[in-house]
Amino acid sequence: MPFELLVALRFLREGRMQSLLILAGVTGGVAVIIFLTQLINQLQSTIIDRVMGSQAHVVIRPLEETTQRVLEPNADRAVAATVQPRTQRLRSVDQWERVADLATATPGVLAVSPVVSGPAFAARGGTSKSVVMMGVQPEAYKRVVRMDDYMTRGRFDVTGTRALIGIDLALDLGLAVGDKLRVTSATGRSETLEIVGLFDMGNRELNRRWVFVTLKLAQTLLDLPGGVSNIDLTVIELFGASTVADTLRMQTGLTVESWMQTNSGLLNALSNQTVSNNLIRSFVVIIVALGISSVLVVSVVQKQREIGILRAMGAQRGRIMAIFLLQGGLVGLVGSVLGSVLAYGLLVLFSHVFKSPDGSAMFAAQLDPLLVALASVVACGVGLAAAVVPARSAARMDPVQAIRT
Amino acid sequence: MTESILRLDAICKSYNVGTPVETEVLHGITLALMQSEFVALKGPSGSGKSTLLNIIGLLERATAGTLEIAGQATQLQDDAALTAMRGRTIGFVFQFHHLLPAFSALENVLLPSIIAHGTVTEPSEANAMELLRRVGLQGSEYKRPGELSGGMQQRVAIARSLSLMPRLILADEPTGNLDTVSANEVFGLLREFNHDHGSACLIVTHDPGLAARCDRAIELVDGRLVHL
Repeated sequence: MPFELLVALRFLREGRMQSLLILAGVTGGVAVIIFLTQLINQLQSTIIDRVMGSQAHVVIRPLEETTQRVLEPNADRAVAATVQPRTQRLRSVDQWERVADLATATPGVLAVSPVVSGPAFAARGGTSKSVVMMGVQPEAYKRVVRMDDYMTRGRFDVTGTRALIGIDLALDLGLAVGDKLRVTSATGRSETLEIVGLFDMGNRELNRRWVFVTLKLAQTLLDLPGGVSNIDLTVIELFGASTVADTLRMQTGLTVESWMQTNSGLLNALSNQTVSNNLIRSFVVIIVALGISSVLVVSVVQKQREIGILRAMGAQRGRIMAIFLLQGGLVGLVGSVLGSVLAYGLLVLFSHVFKSPDGSAMFAAQLDPLLVALASVVACGVGLAAAVVPARSAARMDPVQAIRT
Repeated sequence: MTESILRLDAICKSYNVGTPVETEVLHGITLALMQSEFVALKGPSGSGKSTLLNIIGLLERATAGTLEIAGQATQLQDDAALTAMRGRTIGFVFQFHHLLPAFSALENVLLPSIIAHGTVTEPSEANAMELLRRVGLQGSEYKRPGELSGGMQQRVAIARSLSLMPRLILADEPTGNLDTVSANEVFGLLREFNHDHGSACLIVTHDPGLAARCDRAIELVDGRLVHL
């Protein structure tokens, strides 16, 4: 065993109580950092997953219709006019097949699904409900929204006049699979649909409003022959959605919105949570560093005589410094291993304690190996950095003074 | 003619240099030690014996004068070079043994070799075992200093000082803290190694009986050397 490591280990062993206390400090610090990060990451991804489960990552729509002035006012000419915003009627994405092809070819896009959606009334007996007609190509739409996961009855598949409705609309209208439902669009066209499946998207509003039919049927009912009202996309990298949206907006000139724009409140909340997590982590790192440093400062004072003897026996200043740096590094290393184990224990414990309202675990007891590796590197680095000041004072010690002590 | 291992010429040492309380504790010490010589250094407390030993041991620098060890001038050497020279050439025996309490007797004896070679080697371990056997500590190799008597600890310290077979051994009152029997044993061991290995030895002692058993004795009085 190299001289520096041998002496560092012996010094740590000799000051057993001090070493154990500081090790407990580092272990606690690493555990808190890993536990908190893992917890917050998992909760955030659960929230994102729940929110994004029923949404497309990027949606392409036609540009909104605007009113153009006939005469523009300028320096020479004042124009008296009342400019009224135009009503936004349901329109198709111009040349939507080409736009869909372009989106499919865009890097980072995972799936593309054309959708025709528009308002309608669903009536059964004397009751009628306002619904959103969703005309989709089932295979394509399933790649954008995981509808298969949400089906409580039947499969996510529609043909002809067959339709899928949410469990809450089914309750409101007293419908079951096999029943008939009459829908009437805002343009007055109507059709009788056969219910072939029920879905539960975990969102009562959607369960009450969405009625899935074929693309063709929706086009007919909503008076949008051959057209689509929007193109929904899924991207590979969730947080890269806005980049994909920017690219497509530039290329098509259409309205392209990413989930980050439509859910900016959620994004802000998540980023605030990340900032507070980073703050907590920074404070923990500082406290752990101060703890290691103070213990080693005391150790240098206690080991003065030994340092003097080692110097008298020919140990160079650099090697004395290395002994104390190694102690800091070792405490960091062992603390990070123990801290990771403790963090895993806490995750297992709390995943049993905290449950979602539906009884499922709010987060899984999983350790991200990259996070553990990163925390270990940080702990060792902090240990080394915290040891610099005491190590330098040990190295600078005058051997004669040290031996006399 | 025998080669000198140690040569001091007009060595002076002052503390608080440049301040109103500047004190000169050594006034122009000139001294030479030949190879294999066994010399006693006597002197009353406060006469500067330990300071002189520290300067010779390269633990402190002289304020003036020249110091040569094994033919090498030391004044212009930097701390790293002096440390290396100290490890290679000089063995220390302190009054209070100064063993490292966290290490066993064997490891304490091995330390100079570990410092020199970076790690434990088989020959150095065999050598350390042999040294401990010769100082009569066979069977106590793995005991910590705290488990050994004062005399035994000092014997470990002697074995440690000899670990790298240094050409110069500096012993600062190695028997000062021991009873007569242990003192005689320790002194006998130093004399034996001096005889067997030819290491020069400068030993600080207050005991006139021990001083008389040395090749020669010198005395420091008020920072000046008196050859007896």
